[in-house]
Amino acid sequence: MKSAHEPGHLLVVDDNKVNRMLLSRSLEKQGHKIDIAENGKQALEKLRVDSFDLVLLDIEMPEMNGYQVLEICLQDPELRDIPIIMTSSLDEIDSVVKCVELGAEDYLNKPVNPILLRARVNASLEKKRLRDEQRKLFRTFATKEVADELLRSGFSLGGKYVNASVMFADIRSFTSIGEKQKPADTIDLLNNYFALMFDAIVSNNGTVNQMEGDGFMAIFGAPIYYDGHREYAVRAALEMIELLKVFNAGQATQNKVRIKIGIGIASGEVIAGYAGTQHRATYTCVGDTVNTAARIEKYTKEAQRPILIDQHTKEGLPNDIEVESLGPILFQGKQLPIHIFAVNG
Amino acid sequence: MSVIDKATFEELKQISGVDFINELIDAFLDDAPNMIQSMQSGHDTKDIESFRRNAHSLKSNANTFGAMELGMLAKELEFMAKDNNLDIGNRLEVLKETFDKAAAELREMRT
Repeated sequence: MKSAHEPGHLLVVDDNKVNRMLLSRSLEKQGHKIDIAENGKQALEKLRVDSFDLVLLDIEMPEMNGYQVLEICLQDPELRDIPIIMTSSLDEIDSVVKCVELGAEDYLNKPVNPILLRARVNASLEKKRLRDEQRKLFRTFATKEVADELLRSGFSLGGKYVNASVMFADIRSFTSIGEKQKPADTIDLLNNYFALMFDAIVSNNGTVNQMEGDGFMAIFGAPIYYDGHREYAVRAALEMIELLKVFNAGQATQNKVRIKIGIGIASGEVIAGYAGTQHRATYTCVGDTVNTAARIEKYTKEAQRPILIDQHTKEGLPNDIEVESLGPILFQGKQLPIHIFAVNG
Repeated sequence: MSVIDKATFEELKQISGVDFINELIDAFLDDAPNMIQSMQSGHDTKDIESFRRNAHSLKSNANTFGAMELGMLAKELEFMAKDNNLDIGNRLEVLKETFDKAAAELREMRT
């Protein structure tokens, strides 16, 4: 993780010269790069042409006050991720409360104490860095809508029951034509494989939320609900198998390893939420449906079919997707048998 | 008698650095008369918002430099304006005199 004391590019907005000078000087001493704006209008102009890590925003200003600037920033998708610290005098506490409720990151009283300034600024910069990293991560695993939703809600989704489809996918076997491959080749192979699979999932509105070894888990219908989550999940699975055929054909011409995978999908109620610690966390789902999907995926090996789904999932599919009943299967640890269907690609 | 609170001023000097305090004092001595002028014209033209904002700004700076009495007078005027009350009597004159005293002392304190 990057150091919390890495300098940032900061915008100091204050109509008062002394306040501006003092704040910029303190921040420069702490190693940051500072730009200044003398009123709200100027601040927005600067924010729109340059990229900033943090804004220190005065409330009382002519032209456009800090409250208005804050509102505009929070509504602008390009600006709303820049943390804003309100700077105010002690007797403006009502306005400050309003700003923090609205979405300001924090506040500081003027004249600003340098130690407090350092702490608040570094904390905000660090939080922003984490958010930026998470955004980058999300964008490879999920659609833009889901990534935005997760960031917008500040990961505070809490746990809630949602109806969703859960997919587990795992590599069943590596078929090697030639000799054993080198470690670097194996990682290369996995990366190419994952890139293809994630494309299939994300383009069908799914979110990859867990990876383990060569397997992964994906959710359809959460955190953004889609009516057709069951169909999306199965279409993603079909696309994965198609992509894998192309992938394997390419591998074969180069005398490289070919892959077989198994995909299990179950649908129903899951508990979805954002779990982890401040520094490492993930959007995840737990519950019976998740267990079932994992069991079904394991069963693909025995059934010798690449895509298996449960009855709930099957009931959400249109007629053009062909399925074949494999009958009720009693999985270990389950009290009731589950009716399993194979999807024909 | 001193109108600048020494403890507050020393703290400011610590924060800004000794080399920077002169620049800060100059900025204040430059800016404050404009704020007071804007308060006067705000009062004369019944532009309460401008009056209030400039009182607010002056208060903020006065407190930064430790000009406590000036800060208190400015705050009182700011709050009167907040209540839409511009019946300020001779308060603006008193504020001007208080500023002049504070300004003279700050000039002395330049290093």
